[in-house]
Amino acid sequence: MKMYVCIKQIPDPNTVVSKLDPNTKRLVRSGVSLVLDPGDESTISAAIKIRDTIGNSEVTVVSMGPASAQEAMRRALAMGADRAILVTDPALGGSDALSTARVLASVLKKEEVDLVFCSTESTDGYTGMVPGGIAEFLSLPQLTFAREVTIDGQKAVIKRVTATGYQTVESPLPAVVTIASGSFEAIYPTMKGIMGAKKKPFTQLSLADLGIDASEVGEAGAREQVMTIGTAEARAAGQVITDEGNSAQAIADFLQRYQLL
Amino acid sequence: MSNTIWVLVELENGQPARSSLEVLGKAAQLGRAEAIVLGSNATEVASTLGEFGASKVYAHNDAVYDTYLTLPAVDTISELLIQHQPTILMLATTYDLRDIAARLNARHKMGLITDATDLSFEGDALQVTVPWGGETVVTATFPKQRTGIVLTRPKAFALERFEGKTAEVETLNISLNADSQKMKILERVVVQSEGPALEDANVVVGGGRGLGKAENFRMVEDLATALDGAAGATRAIVDAGWLPYSYQIGQTGKTVKPTLYIAVGISGAIQHISGMKGSKYIVAINKDENAPIFSIADFGVVGDALSILPQLTEEVKKRKAQ
Repeated sequence: MKMYVCIKQIPDPNTVVSKLDPNTKRLVRSGVSLVLDPGDESTISAAIKIRDTIGNSEVTVVSMGPASAQEAMRRALAMGADRAILVTDPALGGSDALSTARVLASVLKKEEVDLVFCSTESTDGYTGMVPGGIAEFLSLPQLTFAREVTIDGQKAVIKRVTATGYQTVESPLPAVVTIASGSFEAIYPTMKGIMGAKKKPFTQLSLADLGIDASEVGEAGAREQVMTIGTAEARAAGQVITDEGNSAQAIADFLQRYQLL
Repeated sequence: MSNTIWVLVELENGQPARSSLEVLGKAAQLGRAEAIVLGSNATEVASTLGEFGASKVYAHNDAVYDTYLTLPAVDTISELLIQHQPTILMLATTYDLRDIAARLNARHKMGLITDATDLSFEGDALQVTVPWGGETVVTATFPKQRTGIVLTRPKAFALERFEGKTAEVETLNISLNADSQKMKILERVVVQSEGPALEDANVVVGGGRGLGKAENFRMVEDLATALDGAAGATRAIVDAGWLPYSYQIGQTGKTVKPTLYIAVGISGAIQHISGMKGSKYIVAINKDENAPIFSIADFGVVGDALSILPQLTEEVKKRKAQ
């Protein structure tokens, strides 16, 4: 089976406090530490696990981003993905979810797709609208918020997370499947994997290669516009103390004062 | 002419979902609210929606919507969009409505703003408020004058009643495309968990990476139990496999609005803050004095959660027994 995973390089959520640039009104992506989205590490691992279960299959990671995203692609290859395709083009800056979905779908349209995996949403933009957009552009069914995935011949069956538990949902293939965070343990790249990654096929594409006009994507093509960026009404300044062995009592005092005990 | 706002009302066990009714009430305050209800008892539900703000309801009775996810609803709404041009489509952020929104957006190139906590119109100009992290708030709009989609944050709006208001119900005569019946629900399983549900709990204790390892999460649960509350987790530790997704508080996880939220070993990433910022009182314990969580905490302690937590649980039990 030919399996694809759409991935993204983002500012490191564990070390970077996300900021919006008041001039460009965009997420600040330069001068900060960039990593493969941790959610995508789990999703790539899911795809690799399923590939190895089915056998005779291949996992290709696909991404849209600046040239620096190559590092994230290499990490995916080091984890065990077989091929990587990166779409990079200066005109893509400021793209909304719809443009992102369109670009990724254009890459996938040139391939023979059995399964497309995505995380339910990215950790930085978190709209969650790209996977459904990809599925629509490819006219494919979508199985979303999957915490378990079984491929059974030409069918996929998932356990789909719901507010009260889960649903078991099936769909014919090919299909887009989104993986709920925490469902699959992330593979840690070994030294052998890292060395092997350098030899795996890596393709870089521009908008011209996909036949997409720059005016239809990026900031020019976005259908939403940020008008203002302001400071939120701050909660009244709270008190912060340093623990000197008595903070449990101090917290309990606070709780009692506001009748929370 | 006032703005027309469409709201897709989800059905839960044959009843309108509370989250959809909250959105409908807000829509009625913004302009003319029209609801869409799709499911096996849609017309029955449709007649009750006037009191929740609907001036008109488009209803389609068909069990196909209950059995097959997303695509049948996307097809029907698409047909309605071709016939009518509402100003916006407003949807609560739920699993099913997110999927529908993503496909409608791609099918009709609509424009889509997510995680909104407020909307207003200045004449025709729409202004959507989207919080960003703990300290920033953004306003956004649809610049290209076409029907846009707005997904609203859970619990952003209160339930409103419009006494005596009745809605005009239009039953739809649409034949459903078999090609759209692809994602079939085979079974629905409700998983019972001990203690109050996260979304309803009055007290929530959240744990994050600062706990160090999965085994330490038990301390969070002990404190939650001592306070008759629920335990929750950040995306970081769910991604790390310490806990199942059902514990996750944050953007895709659950939104909580308890009276008391105690954040333990949580740095305060936007992802997480967006799910708990509405808590009445926030207490935070973190080793790092620069952790963003302290900027939204009412009471913060810079210290080691692993030593403070068990002491706090003991102190709470002691004082509650008095």
